[in-house]
Amino acid sequence: MESTKFSLLTKEEVDRKWWEIGDFFRRNSLWMLMYCTGCCAIELPPAMTSAYDMERLGMGPMATPRQADVLLVTGYLSLKTLRRLIYTYEQMSEPKYVVGIGSCTINGGIYHDSHAVINQLDQYIPVDVYVAGCMPNTEAVMNGFVDLMRLIKSKKANGWKKYHKNNEWYKKNQIDSLGEVRVKDEFHD
Amino acid sequence: MIISILMGISVAFFGFVLQTSIAGVNRKIIGRVQKRYGPKWYQEFLDIFKLLSKRSVTHGWIFDFGVIMALGGIIATAMFMPITNDLMAFPGFDNFFIFVYLIAVGMLGMAMSASGSGNPLASIGVMRALTTMLAYEIPFMIIVLTIIKLTGHSSLSEIAMFQQTAVAGLEFSGTWFMIALPVGFAVAFLSLMGMLGKKPFETYIAPAEIASGPMVEYGGKQLGMLFIMHEITVFIEVSLFVHLFLGGAENIWIFLIKYFLVYTSVNLISNVNGRFKIDQVVVFFYKWPLLFAVMQAFVAIYLGWVI
Repeated sequence: MESTKFSLLTKEEVDRKWWEIGDFFRRNSLWMLMYCTGCCAIELPPAMTSAYDMERLGMGPMATPRQADVLLVTGYLSLKTLRRLIYTYEQMSEPKYVVGIGSCTINGGIYHDSHAVINQLDQYIPVDVYVAGCMPNTEAVMNGFVDLMRLIKSKKANGWKKYHKNNEWYKKNQIDSLGEVRVKDEFHD
Repeated sequence: MIISILMGISVAFFGFVLQTSIAGVNRKIIGRVQKRYGPKWYQEFLDIFKLLSKRSVTHGWIFDFGVIMALGGIIATAMFMPITNDLMAFPGFDNFFIFVYLIAVGMLGMAMSASGSGNPLASIGVMRALTTMLAYEIPFMIIVLTIIKLTGHSSLSEIAMFQQTAVAGLEFSGTWFMIALPVGFAVAFLSLMGMLGKKPFETYIAPAEIASGPMVEYGGKQLGMLFIMHEITVFIEVSLFVHLFLGGAENIWIFLIKYFLVYTSVNLISNVNGRFKIDQVVVFFYKWPLLFAVMQAFVAIYLGWVI
C-alpha cells in the first residue's frame, strides 16, 4: 500500500526544486556586462564604489559576455551599436537578464527623432527591468537591481525564454532596422 | 591505499572549502579597506555554485577536456599536501619537487583549453602567464634550493619539523626560515604574489586590457570548474609557503592562523598597487629579487651567516 505522506516527486517537481535552488544562487551573484553607450553610465561608478557598494548584493563587473549574467544597456543605441549589442546578447550563457537604464531604452528619450537611433530596446532584445529617468538617480539604479533580484525570485525574469519563443519576431525587427544581422567573421569564416 | 586516496581527496576538498571561505573573508576585508560594506563572507561559494548552475557553450573537445585535466591535475597535486605534522594522506611522498612537477599538469591543462577556444586574447593571456612563471620561478627556486641545502631534506614535513625543533649539533634548526633567511623570505613573498597573480603581477588576467586573459571564452560550468581549480591552486601555493618559511604547523589551528595571515597580507599589499606591464614584470623579477636571492644563497651556504 502506498503511503499518502511520502509520495515520490515527479520529474517536473524535481526539476522545479533544482531550478529554485539555482535561482537562489543566480540572484545572489549577478555578474554584469556593462554596455555603456550613453550618459547613464556615469551613474555606475558611484553604484559600484563605496557610496552605494554594489558588491554587498553580490554584483560585480565582468570582462566578457560569456562570464556575465546581466547585460546593462545604459543609454541610447545607434544602429551600429545595436548590431554589436545583439551579438553580445547572443554570446551570453543562459539564464541571462537585461536591464535597460534611462529613458532612451524605453522610448528614445531626447534622441527620439534621430534617424540613427532606435527608440524601443525591447523590440530587438527582451528587457527584464527598466530604470526610468533621464538620467536616473543612483538610488533608482540600485533599486532596479533589487527589483531584478525579486523578479528572479518570483520567476518572472524570463526574458531569455521569450527570446527563444518569439525568436522570429525579434529577428524580423532586427533585420528591418539593420538590413542584415550577421556580418562576415574574419577569424572563422 | 584506499584510505590514503580517500584522505587525499578530503585534503583537496578541505583546501577548496578553506581557501574559498578565506577568499570571501578577504573580499570583505578589502571592502572595509576601501570604506565599503563588502560582500557576504560566503560570496565565493555563491559565485561558484551559480556558475555550475548555468548553461554553457563549448568550443570543441579540447576546450572541455583541458578544463577537466586542469581540475584533475590540481586535485591530484593537492592530495600530497601535508596540512599538519601528522595529518597527511601519503606520508613520505610530500617532496617539494612532486608539487613543482604535478602543478604543471593543471597549468598546462588550462593553457591547452584556453588556446583551444581560438580567441586571440586567450592566447595572449596564456603567453603572459607562462612568461610570468618564467620570471618568478628562478628567484623562488634559488631560495628553496638554499633551504634544501641547509636542512638536507627536500620533503615538506621534514623541513617543517626542522624548523620546529632545535636539535643539538644541528645548525640553524629550531628557527623559522622567515627569521633565519629574512632576505630570502622577502624574495619568496614577492614570488608568492607573482604565483597567486596578485596586483602588481596581475598582467595575465588584466580584465580591462585583455578581457581577463585565459578565461575570456569561459562561461557557465567550465568557468565554475576553473574557479574551483583556482581556489585549490591558491591553497597549494600558500600551504607550500607556510611549510617552507613559517615552520609548518603542529596542529590544525596553527595552520589556519598562519594560512590566513599569509593570504591576507598578500591581498592587502596587492590592493594598494597598480598593474605592471609584462616586460616590467620580467625585468622586476630578474633585477632585485634575483640579485637578493643569489646573495642570500651565497651568504647562507658559503659563509654560513644564518640568524
